[in-house]
Amino acid sequence: MEVFGRKIPMSASLIVWAVLWEIVGQLDLVSLIPPLSNVVMRLAEIVPTETFIDALALTARSFAAGTGIAILAGVPIGVLMGRSEIADRLLLPWVNVFVSAPLTALVPIIMALFGFGETTIILTVVLFALWIIILDARAGTRSISNSLVEMAQSYGASYWQAFSKVYVWAALPEILAGIRLGMVRAIKGVIIGQLIVSVVGFGYLFEIYQSNFLMEHLWALLLVLFALAFLIDGVFGYMEKRVEYYAASR
Amino acid sequence: MISVPTSSRASAARTNPLRRVMTHTITFRILSVITVLGAWEYAGRRPISASFPSFSETFAAGWEMAADGSLSAALMITIVPLVIGITMSAIAGVAAGIYMGLDRRAEWVGVPVFIVMQAAPLAALIPLLVLAYGVGLATKVTVVCIMAVPAIVLNSFKAIRHAPVSLVEMGESFLGSREQVIGKIILPAASPVIFAGLRLGLASGFIGVILAELLISPTGIGDLITYHQSIAEYPKMFAAIAVVILLSVLFMEALERIEITLFRPEKRAQ
Amino acid sequence: MTATVVHAPGFQRSLGTMVSVRSVSKVYPGGVEALNEISLDFPKGQLTTLLGPSGCGKTTLLKIIAGLLPATSGEVMVDGMRVEGPGPERAFVFQDFALLPWATVLRNVAFGLELRGVPVAERESIAEHYIGQVGLKGFEKHYPHALSGGMRQRVGLARALAVKAEVVLMDEPFSAVDEQTRRKFQEDMLELIKNEQKTFIFVTHSIEEAVYVSNRIILLSRRPSRVMRIIEPDMPRGITPDQIRRHPAYLDAVEMIWQALKQYLD
Ligand SMILES: Nc1ncnc2c1ncn2[C@@H]1O[C@H](COP(=O)(O)OP(=O)(O)OP(=O)(O)O)[C@@H](O)[C@H]1O
Ligand SMILES: [Mg+2]
Repeated sequence: MEVFGRKIPMSASLIVWAVLWEIVGQLDLVSLIPPLSNVVMRLAEIVPTETFIDALALTARSFAAGTGIAILAGVPIGVLMGRSEIADRLLLPWVNVFVSAPLTALVPIIMALFGFGETTIILTVVLFALWIIILDARAGTRSISNSLVEMAQSYGASYWQAFSKVYVWAALPEILAGIRLGMVRAIKGVIIGQLIVSVVGFGYLFEIYQSNFLMEHLWALLLVLFALAFLIDGVFGYMEKRVEYYAASR
Repeated sequence: MISVPTSSRASAARTNPLRRVMTHTITFRILSVITVLGAWEYAGRRPISASFPSFSETFAAGWEMAADGSLSAALMITIVPLVIGITMSAIAGVAAGIYMGLDRRAEWVGVPVFIVMQAAPLAALIPLLVLAYGVGLATKVTVVCIMAVPAIVLNSFKAIRHAPVSLVEMGESFLGSREQVIGKIILPAASPVIFAGLRLGLASGFIGVILAELLISPTGIGDLITYHQSIAEYPKMFAAIAVVILLSVLFMEALERIEITLFRPEKRAQ
Repeated sequence: MTATVVHAPGFQRSLGTMVSVRSVSKVYPGGVEALNEISLDFPKGQLTTLLGPSGCGKTTLLKIIAGLLPATSGEVMVDGMRVEGPGPERAFVFQDFALLPWATVLRNVAFGLELRGVPVAERESIAEHYIGQVGLKGFEKHYPHALSGGMRQRVGLARALAVKAEVVLMDEPFSAVDEQTRRKFQEDMLELIKNEQKTFIFVTHSIEEAVYVSNRIILLSRRPSRVMRIIEPDMPRGITPDQIRRHPAYLDAVEMIWQALKQYLD
């Protein structure tokens, strides 16, 4: 938007919303919404506490392990589906089902099988992140130009060589896009997993704050999570831009 | 190894009827389903875990729940808020997205908020809402809306903003008014991406409503899942979950039907 | 009378002028100067071709005439009226066809009329006529994705003809079409021009095509573009296309243009 001929960046509108939040909070219009300034002060208060650091560490660990597994499994499966007609036909219907299924319903199964610990959270993260990574890796592999594939074959590349030296790199823009989307879903997954399990990490904190009606605490925690999610999304968006020339050259 | 070009593969299939049946899409669908169900049956019979029933046990349990009416009762409780919430989000979200796509000021005010919302784990808001408003229909509808709206708004916005320039220029060069260009060119061109947004929104709305039912005092399908989990009646728990997944497939299918009948005559003609 | 006439840039033809470009300049935001004080007249009822090195501003000029792009300075007059935007007397044929993927051939061809509020029955009968004219009879109910590139461009051409504009602007209409289709298309177009009595302004990269179809060829220099030369390849009509392509006047004109444009290659 332009005001007096000067461009104001889009993100500046968030400041407007923050001010609005403060006003609504100060006027005490909705009991759910305390003033933003109180929330920020509470944030400064709880972030250095040990319970918070522990919860953050556990969340980060489950997130990293879960996305790691999802990437290591999802990219090869996606590339395989992009290259092999048979694998594609066998797997695609299932991937399509799970990419848009209410995965929250599956978390109780993981809990029944693996208990109420970190493993369950990690597997929830995998469950949320995996499918979109597969789909994007598949789409990227399908868009590789045929001549590049034939080049690899004509120089006698083995399956592993063709995968690791040609396909992954040629499909990199889509693969990274899929990983970014997968990570956004993984963040949702790690929170949902903890909410359902509710005895570990942030899920435990949520449980405490909620049962004691600590609104400012709850919002402070939400603010941290939103900021982290946004940060991860932004960093990956930036990396994606940097490899866009791969796509441009094909 | 030399890859077989698609055309020669197709002609080979044409000459051999057995191969034609074997390479047909439906054959693969069936094969794919049988493989997965077979693996499930095997894993359940071994069994890999005491809490992992086989497919046949699950199917029988599902049959029983369907017969005694508990399944359909629970389904109604889950589906009603979902449908209300999705309909409301679709109407409001698509309208807001289109408006922001056409108006720079609205874009400046609105888009960043929805970008933040889409990246954020909004599920974390659910405890708050329950705390404030209890577990009634209204809360569930609100949960569905909060989860579904960001994707719907942002997709509609992007769809409008990325309407093909040459089609818009064509409309202008044939003297289309602004309203005509929007109604006859920009909106139809945007409809696939808008519907992709509706699918994403439906998926998150579904995630939200089930989560609400699992977290909060148990109702609907969520209740079937948690209750049978708590009494270790695993086949019934698995059956309830399978029904939820099946239901989401049906919803997605319905949405696609709606899209094709309303906006994609060129697909219908195929 | 088969000699090719070459005029100095300032030459004005006595025949009625349909489109007149008067010292038009275009500077894109960011400072790219695409056109610099360009002045041109396009005579009524003739096909004039714009030919020049890639990126010299042909599309820019055509879009300014169409009213899709504002000029930085200067003005364009069509039939004595100043161009302020798109108008009913001009129709554009797009390089990428610009067909609505969700509309049948019939609706696409009638689309210009639909935007003007012409009743369904009337616009469809007009559209059917022009679908026949461009040789697509029987394809009325097809969707664009089921047509070849050449057929899609015929739809675009029929759409432009259906609005009965006096000026038809074509930006490289055949560039997405294979060579055989292209030749057939050129012949069909000559036929259409004979029947339609419209003013055509045509952009192409092909020297042969320009000489084959045009009454006048305007050679543009490199960006910011100016008129370098105007050529009127006076082809003998009434002989077969193959005879034209071997005719000395044709070959001379092609050679002359090639010599003129060669300097821009490096
Ligand atoms: N929207 C734009 N913004 C900035 N510069 C532009 C824009 N459109 C075109 N240009 C520049 O203006 C110049 C002329 O462009 P134009 O498309 O008119 O060339 P052209 O003669 O049609 O080229 P071609 O023969 O390759 O189609 C080019 O150098 C191009 O880079
Ligand atoms: Mg051009």
